[in-house]
Amino acid sequence: MERNLAARAAMTVAALSASGLQKAFGSLAVARNIEFALPQAARYALVGPNGAGKTTLINLLTGMIRPDGGKIFLGGEEITALRPEQRVKRGLVRTFQINTLFPHLSALEAVTLAVCERRGQSGDWRRRLTGHRDAIDEAYDLLNSLMLGEHCYRLTRELAYGQQRLLEIALALATRPRVLLLDEPAAGVPQDESAQLFSAIAGLAQDISVLFIEHDMNLVFRFASRIIVMVGGGILVEGTPAEIAANARVREVYLGKRSHG
Amino acid sequence: MTVASAARPLYLDGRDRWHGIEIAFWLATLLPFVLFKSYLSLASQVAITALFALSLDLILGYAGIVSLGHAAFFGLGAYSAGLIAKHGWGEPLTGLILASAIAGLAGYAASFIIARFRHLALIMITLGLSLVLHEAANSASWLTGGADGLQGVRMWPLLGYFRFDLYGTTAYAYSLVVLFLVFLAARRLVHSPFGLALRGIRENALRMPAIGAPSHAHIRKIYTIAAVMAGVAGALLAQTTSTVSLEVLSFQRSADVLVILILGGAGRLYGGILGAVIYMVARDQFSGINPQYWYFWIGLLLIVVVMLLPNGILGGLARWSAIWRRGRR
Repeated sequence: MERNLAARAAMTVAALSASGLQKAFGSLAVARNIEFALPQAARYALVGPNGAGKTTLINLLTGMIRPDGGKIFLGGEEITALRPEQRVKRGLVRTFQINTLFPHLSALEAVTLAVCERRGQSGDWRRRLTGHRDAIDEAYDLLNSLMLGEHCYRLTRELAYGQQRLLEIALALATRPRVLLLDEPAAGVPQDESAQLFSAIAGLAQDISVLFIEHDMNLVFRFASRIIVMVGGGILVEGTPAEIAANARVREVYLGKRSHG
Repeated sequence: MTVASAARPLYLDGRDRWHGIEIAFWLATLLPFVLFKSYLSLASQVAITALFALSLDLILGYAGIVSLGHAAFFGLGAYSAGLIAKHGWGEPLTGLILASAIAGLAGYAASFIIARFRHLALIMITLGLSLVLHEAANSASWLTGGADGLQGVRMWPLLGYFRFDLYGTTAYAYSLVVLFLVFLAARRLVHSPFGLALRGIRENALRMPAIGAPSHAHIRKIYTIAAVMAGVAGALLAQTTSTVSLEVLSFQRSADVLVILILGGAGRLYGGILGAVIYMVARDQFSGINPQYWYFWIGLLLIVVVMLLPNGILGGLARWSAIWRRGRR
């Protein structure tokens, strides 16, 4: 099956794919020969117990850590050797499980910064920021679309936790991604708000391919078209929600353990 | 303004507008010409130190890059300007530009190392860099005069007309105008998209690549700009005093400028300038009373300010005025 997947990744151009991806920290293998392909416009979920290597996989894909072996392709172009910011420029963007924001920038400043970086204007030190009116307007529109418009002047550190989660997504969207990797976007967000947050994600432009890590299986089954299950640094199985729900091994290693929650 | 744009963010508009206090401050810098004529030399030193502190503010206060060796670029500027004048070209303005370009080149070269490190490692690297330069200047006495200092620096009149007089009138006017022009450039820089990117690096350097920001390139750029500015300050000192001593490259000078910036308040443009005024005037006054122990008072002041006003004197003033305004509402 793995060979099958790799062949498919090579044949049709996936939005994002990896082949033979390996990584070990000392003797601990955190990524074991990972084969994976995210098609265009897909909404995939990445699930698995804690320590399964989900965040590590995102770190590998986005270049935050270097793989020991294997290759990564973004829309047919190999990006294995590129630096994180170069991958972002090509449209591969992530969010973080724990808020990684700019505490003393206002929400508007932070998103404006991301917009300016995308437009290649961030090196401009001769013109006022206010001279880049369209960048500020774009940032504001984006914040507005994520219900952050009225809070845009507040410093990031003063925002409520759920708003900071939204700002994480706003920062990612400001880069105009083709592939968006969301690391537990709703982590720590109250349940009624997390559904709202996922609705915002589901409402993203269809040409953006999304892979999200999420523990709440209700959200996973509701928003993912396919599910990838990871265990112990390797991919256990991939399938539609119905297939995954019916899979005995998945129940054993993952769903069974979490049935209490 | 249309209704549609009224809903738009108006912020970011007011930030870079000139404040009344700023205009008053720059007018006050003219006071030494009429009120404190016997202190014009000191005023010139203050302006030079302020420029040096402003340069450190851009990297430390805005980009969060620590340096304990910023005197390296000050000293390079000073020696370059001194040597240019000593060897037959005493024209101040071209000398200033050339000397700061040399400091900037050195800063650009160093920035490739600087951009890769942070925190303690960076403190040690910058410290090491300035120690290396200091000893190099010390041993190359055939060029620099070594511990005796560089002698025989002859400056031509400024703009071919204003001689550098004993009272320091030309020196202060020259230093002040250069400080103001560089300040205008720095002020524009911090309110530009690049300035925002620098604050992003300070706030969360690790997040920057994830929004597609080439932070290393940004750091190299601001470090080079800061080195040019420090070089300008050093060159001004050499030109206005017609001498260069080894002290321009000393660890003491690197430490002093850091103290000055922290005292005044980093990341506010005026912090370094205010710090320079307080520090230099205090040194002048205290060392008049007791030349040996005046650092006692500076040390005490530093401890008190850092404990009570973590954002420096200007940061404290800004907070109090905010509280006061809220209280009146």
